[in-house]
Amino acid sequence: MNASLSFRGASVTAVIVVLLTGVLAVGSLLPASSPVQVSPFIMTLAGKYLAYAMLALAVDLVWGFAGILTLGHAAFFALGGYAMGMYLVREIGARGVYGNADLPDFMVFLSWKSLPWYWWGSDHFPVALALMLVVPAALAGLFGWLAFRSRVSGVYLSIITQALTYALMLAFFQNGFGFGGNNGLTDFKDILGFDLHSSYTRAGMLFISGLILAGALLAGRYVVGGRFGSLLIAVRDAESRTRFLGYRPEQMKLLVWVFSAIIAAIGGALYVIQVGIINPGEFAPANSIEAVIWVAVGGRGTLSGAVIGAILVNLGKTLFTAWLPEMWLYGLGALFMATTLFLPQGLMGLMRHIPKKRPSEVTPEVTSPEGEEA
Amino acid sequence: MADVAMSGPAALSGRKLWNGARGIFAAVLLSLLFIQPDSARADEDAFAGLATTQFNTIASSVDQIAQQGGPRALPVLRALADKKLFAASEGDALFIRKGDSWEDARSGVPATPDETTLRPVRVNNRVRLAVAAAEAELELVSGTPAERQASATVFYQRHDPAMLPAIDKALSKTDDATLKDTLLNARAAALLSPGAPASDAQAQQQAVAKLRAAGGLDARGILAQASTEETLDPATRKAAEEAVSSIDFELRLWGFGQDAFYGMSLGSVLLLAAMGLAITFGVMGVINMAHGELMMIGAYTTWLTQKAVLSVAPALGSFSLVLAIPAAFLVCGALGIVIERGLIRFLYGRPLETLLATWGLSLILQQVIRSLFGPTNVAVTTPPWLSGSFHLGGIEVTIDRLAIMIFAVVVMAGLTLVLRRTPLGLQMRAVTQNRRMAALMGIRTARVDALTFGLGSGIAGLAGVAVSQIDNVSPNLGQSYIIDSFLVVVFGGVGNLWGTLAAAATLGIGGKALEPLVGAVSGKILLLVLVILYIQRHPRGMFPLRGRGVES
Repeated sequence: MNASLSFRGASVTAVIVVLLTGVLAVGSLLPASSPVQVSPFIMTLAGKYLAYAMLALAVDLVWGFAGILTLGHAAFFALGGYAMGMYLVREIGARGVYGNADLPDFMVFLSWKSLPWYWWGSDHFPVALALMLVVPAALAGLFGWLAFRSRVSGVYLSIITQALTYALMLAFFQNGFGFGGNNGLTDFKDILGFDLHSSYTRAGMLFISGLILAGALLAGRYVVGGRFGSLLIAVRDAESRTRFLGYRPEQMKLLVWVFSAIIAAIGGALYVIQVGIINPGEFAPANSIEAVIWVAVGGRGTLSGAVIGAILVNLGKTLFTAWLPEMWLYGLGALFMATTLFLPQGLMGLMRHIPKKRPSEVTPEVTSPEGEEA
Repeated sequence: MADVAMSGPAALSGRKLWNGARGIFAAVLLSLLFIQPDSARADEDAFAGLATTQFNTIASSVDQIAQQGGPRALPVLRALADKKLFAASEGDALFIRKGDSWEDARSGVPATPDETTLRPVRVNNRVRLAVAAAEAELELVSGTPAERQASATVFYQRHDPAMLPAIDKALSKTDDATLKDTLLNARAAALLSPGAPASDAQAQQQAVAKLRAAGGLDARGILAQASTEETLDPATRKAAEEAVSSIDFELRLWGFGQDAFYGMSLGSVLLLAAMGLAITFGVMGVINMAHGELMMIGAYTTWLTQKAVLSVAPALGSFSLVLAIPAAFLVCGALGIVIERGLIRFLYGRPLETLLATWGLSLILQQVIRSLFGPTNVAVTTPPWLSGSFHLGGIEVTIDRLAIMIFAVVVMAGLTLVLRRTPLGLQMRAVTQNRRMAALMGIRTARVDALTFGLGSGIAGLAGVAVSQIDNVSPNLGQSYIIDSFLVVVFGGVGNLWGTLAAAATLGIGGKALEPLVGAVSGKILLLVLVILYIQRHPRGMFPLRGRGVES
């Protein structure tokens, strides 16, 4: 019954997201003189929040439903971003600083003579899309297959996911790795021939992002809403018991893990298109941990909660860093502690208390998996 | 000291001077100098050349002084090198400036020259080189033991065949075994160098053998040169070539030793960082993401202790590090107890929640330190007794790193003792194994929890003291250690100190071993991937806990 509540919530949230992005998109196309015109700055922010919401949704799918606390999901986000970034960099063509039609600027700068093999085809949008989906999915598949098969779980899994994203960060920071090193990929001009700086493209991209996020919400609802979702929750709450009942928890975990990685990767691609840069800092373990806190704040195990948490926390970050930059880390730190101490179910849990649900009816959904396994 | 070969009346008088009543003999000496005919003086008074303005004359005069030796030779040459040697504008009187006063260069007696007529003796590169060589030559026979050794090393490194007579002279005068050995090496090196006097093949091969035994980069360079030297005997050249490859092999072995030393010192830093986690995570099941920040606070405590000691008792400044050890333990331990009482105790049994809450805490601690002490590095100085290095065979052992290794071992031993031999250790283990039963037996479990967390945090503080000696102390210090520390604990096997030790050593040495093969960053990446893969095969680390108490 709780499940049905949160899933109805998911479709409501999806509709709200589409409406809001639609309004923002239309607002941004109004003439600058109009009082309700939406500035490009806000458009970029909104695009960023939507991309982060995708990441939060991905984290929630594995953490909230399968009980896998990932501290490395930003890796998939960044990989998706890099795949899209590769395409966008190739789109610059001869308009770069060095005017080289075949090589991105940073490769000319490093005096590379030809494109490395893993850049082949990156100038075709379909190839970029395929890379964006396949690479993170393949990495997630390999990692998940190894980890879940050998029953690495709980804290151990969290720590090796963190090591994974850390290793990727170190790799992408290297110039020799072929992705622009420290500076990452930037200076994008257009996508599929549309100028990335025009307000029409921006409005369109924001609306498309809204649609994609709504689609991800509905897809997530479809994946975790049915029988499969119930089994996932069973795995989360009592993995051994589920296994003894004849199910294969590792397969379910792997499935939702790869699905979640793909959602994160799409989020990363949307991020790069709208923010205009991707660099190795996106792999930083701290980013993954922040994504977890968005989910915790919004409400773990509720798809809408992840989206709301991501948007609210990032809105807070934007406001805080503008007003009181010193205070942001205090605010974020306090948020982490207060949420875990006082709001184990996040904001969504708070909302659920309003229609006078008794706590006992709600608790099963947020019981941590470790407690029940012993 | 004055027991040296000398020639000429000036030198003889000088020796008496050195030994006794300076004033009288100085007068005698001066009068002797004055009554000598000019031609004789030019031969015997090597100092006269210094009073000219010709660089060439000055340089050859320096060489002459070095050959003649004598007690005044070194002080005058040093004064020359330090630009404290002055000549009168008329005549050839020389004076050395000693602060505000003057002394006569030839005799060393105090003098009061007319300062307006003095000009400094000019020095150019040629003179400077001549002075350096002359100093080495003089120190070799008359310096302190350390100076002699240093001069002999200079001879060895320059291996100029022209120095052979000086080397032989020094060899005949010394009984010191180390000095003799260096001189023999220098002699062998000079014999094999271009321009060496012709010698028979046997002597050459003995020289090669001597250098081969000496080993090291210097010997390798000389031998490599000798192996291509046409004037040498072919058999000698072949022997030199073989010696080069044998030295190369030796050097490579020492290189491994050096890497192992660095690896172990890196491992001991990891061990210190991970030991506290092994307590809080391994024993209590708390994932303390603020552990790195506790280390950072330990490092800042070291800095504050140093400042406090310097302002109260500057004389004890170099021992502030010793005071910082208990200070950091107490500060971080107390902070740990506060954290446990204020935050952790509400989250027992929910390890992933402790992870999130302590991550928030770590952000706050970083910002607090940033607000208090600024975002930039603070300067923690390494005390003199910890700086420097010494050679162990071909391995350069830096003392600070050695000290950290010893410190890590001591902390590890102390922690093991606390866990095994103290009532707190007993209670900790009891609470870990069966909290309810421990409580029923009268153990105040809440108190034990707080103390355990305090112990782990205190050890983080100790790690901070160590890290302050080798790393930048800034608010970001903790971040750079937290991932590695957790990997060490998980890799070693949670709840097992020996596993932590083994994992820290493996990661430290493994990282250093991979570094020359694939580079520092790639080595680190490779190591992370290897640990990830290892954990897939052994999800509980290298030394898993076994038994019924272990959760599945």
